[in-house]
Amino acid sequence: MGVSEVQQTNLTSEKAKWMYQKMAEIRRFEDQVHETFSKGVLPGFVHLYAGEEAVAVGVCAHLDDKDSITSTHRGHGHCIAKGCDLKGMMAELYGKSTGLCRGKGGSMHIADVEKGMLGANGIVGGGFPLATGAALTAKLKKSGGVAVCFFGDGANNHGTFHEGINMAAIWDLPVVFVAENNGYAEATPFEYASSCENIAERAASYGIPGETVDGKDAMAVYDAAERAVARARAGKGPSLIECKTYRNYGHFEGDAQTYKPESEKKEHLTELDAIILFRQFVLQNGLASEDDLHVVDENVKKEIEEAVSFAEESPLPEVKELTTDVYVSYKE
Amino acid sequence: MGRVITFSDALNEAMKQAMRKNEDVILLGEDVAGGAEVDHLQNEDAWGGVMGVTKGLIQEFGKDRVLDTPIAEAGYVGAAVSAAATGMRPIAELMFNDFIGSCLDEVMNQGAKLRYMFGGKAKIPLTIRTMHGAGFRAAAQHSQSLYGLFTAIPGVKVVVPSTPADAKGMLIASIEDDDLTVFFEDKTLYNMKGEVDEEYYSIPIGKADIKRQGEDLTIVAIGKQVHTALEAAEQLVKKGIETEVVDPRSLSPLDEETILQSVMKTSRLIVIDEANPRCNAATDISAMVADKGFDYLDAPIKMITAPHCPVPFSPALEDVYLPTPEKVLEVVSELIDDDSSIAM
Repeated sequence: MGVSEVQQTNLTSEKAKWMYQKMAEIRRFEDQVHETFSKGVLPGFVHLYAGEEAVAVGVCAHLDDKDSITSTHRGHGHCIAKGCDLKGMMAELYGKSTGLCRGKGGSMHIADVEKGMLGANGIVGGGFPLATGAALTAKLKKSGGVAVCFFGDGANNHGTFHEGINMAAIWDLPVVFVAENNGYAEATPFEYASSCENIAERAASYGIPGETVDGKDAMAVYDAAERAVARARAGKGPSLIECKTYRNYGHFEGDAQTYKPESEKKEHLTELDAIILFRQFVLQNGLASEDDLHVVDENVKKEIEEAVSFAEESPLPEVKELTTDVYVSYKE
Repeated sequence: MGRVITFSDALNEAMKQAMRKNEDVILLGEDVAGGAEVDHLQNEDAWGGVMGVTKGLIQEFGKDRVLDTPIAEAGYVGAAVSAAATGMRPIAELMFNDFIGSCLDEVMNQGAKLRYMFGGKAKIPLTIRTMHGAGFRAAAQHSQSLYGLFTAIPGVKVVVPSTPADAKGMLIASIEDDDLTVFFEDKTLYNMKGEVDEEYYSIPIGKADIKRQGEDLTIVAIGKQVHTALEAAEQLVKKGIETEVVDPRSLSPLDEETILQSVMKTSRLIVIDEANPRCNAATDISAMVADKGFDYLDAPIKMITAPHCPVPFSPALEDVYLPTPEKVLEVVSELIDDDSSIAM
């Protein structure tokens, strides 16, 4: 489907501008990290979310701070869409004491529990039971919250997929399982590693709704997430949404990506780009003007510059921090 | 014929030669080739393992013997256990040793125990190659050194090489071995170069290697920490202290005799292990020496390990987490007073 056609929408102008801003923040954040990493400034592994913005934003548009999300190793986009502070995020990637995790977690473990962001995760498939547990809390405490589990197509073949979803289903927990099927689990094509054609088909075996949407189309994701989140909030149990998407960069920074055909890489940077498509949608529906979006773009540019300066100028953690935060209390 | 190659190439060569020699040897794991069934790659691998250690194997041995798996550690490690029990000789690559969290049952309750539970009527000739170690800024879930965990499990052999030559010989020995062996590769050693024989050869599992001779002090060090010990030893020469550096190379079985003989000679022992301090290789080796070699000792056994905390991300913290030659020198100064004679 193409979003260039004018579609009927109930999206408010305010929400549309928020979505555009978050997508732009993710893209610029990731492009910045790509550039900084290539200069050797950033330590460790980074896995970039650029290209997949419509998924995190289309889903998180329905969430607030009482809702939880679990993320993946490719977690920056989820953080931003869930409202995490850009400065704190960038500082975390630099390993600085002002980072969201005080420099202890880094890119792969970036988290902000107060914002309901339960962490990027270095373990593929780690999120399924964690989201289920967060939903159990929400149900027992009657908070009205839902939990969203973002996971990749690689994780869909992991044992925790089955255990987490099955439990959420038998207990009617308020979880939305969101597959980000970007076509490749690390360097392995989805078609090779999965016995199903679509991840959403697997929902049937748990007796929960499953649908596959165009994950490059923020409104397709938004609409599917609206149904799934409403179902979860109403106490009717979990759903599974599969978003077919694409990552613009490699599995990690430094991946030569020889497994991707050149034509495929190119088309995703141009005619299939999620931000270009959403921009067209917003303009065609009169939800914002060119000028409005230009202002957003400029603000985002400034925000990211400020985040970089903040990270660069922040101090490293003190040595005594090494052994703090292991326990709440511990008798030595 | 020896020539200088990297630790990574030594491992690659070991697998290649073992696979040529025995067609029951297969390799399976996540992206051990990479780009499975991608048309334009044809028979090329996209990665050859996330660090390139298995590069080129699929070209030579084909996709029946070099199997990319889904990201499903319990699935493929469990399958490797059973393939081993039923006639194959698999090498399963667990990308990071931290991922054992997803498949410990397959190793601990299946692979390690089948032979015993079946009254000796099965063998598990499986090698699990896995990457460990801090210092790569890979944070808490990709940096641990979990060999102690496996050393505690009867039925599992544990190998931790420190040089390219040992890596090749001990990987071949692990593949040839009829028991389940977990083979640890420090990710920060892959680019280390050293002389390695071109021929197919094996180094017995359970035989320690004295990496440096000395009379005054024994340092037993695990994996990469052997190099920390050697560096410290060079600096100690200036103080007139000659250090013997013992590399156990395998933790299970452990060459107790070589360690005890060294302690008998030097009367002092430091153990360096970059794992967390509780129930690790250092405590295991120290306890063994306290139990069997107490009379040889002139000073308390000292352990240099990481602190009791996960591996931090920030370089400022990770650098403090790891043992260093400076920390070794500090501990040595506690054991040996600079002013006093050490020849007792």
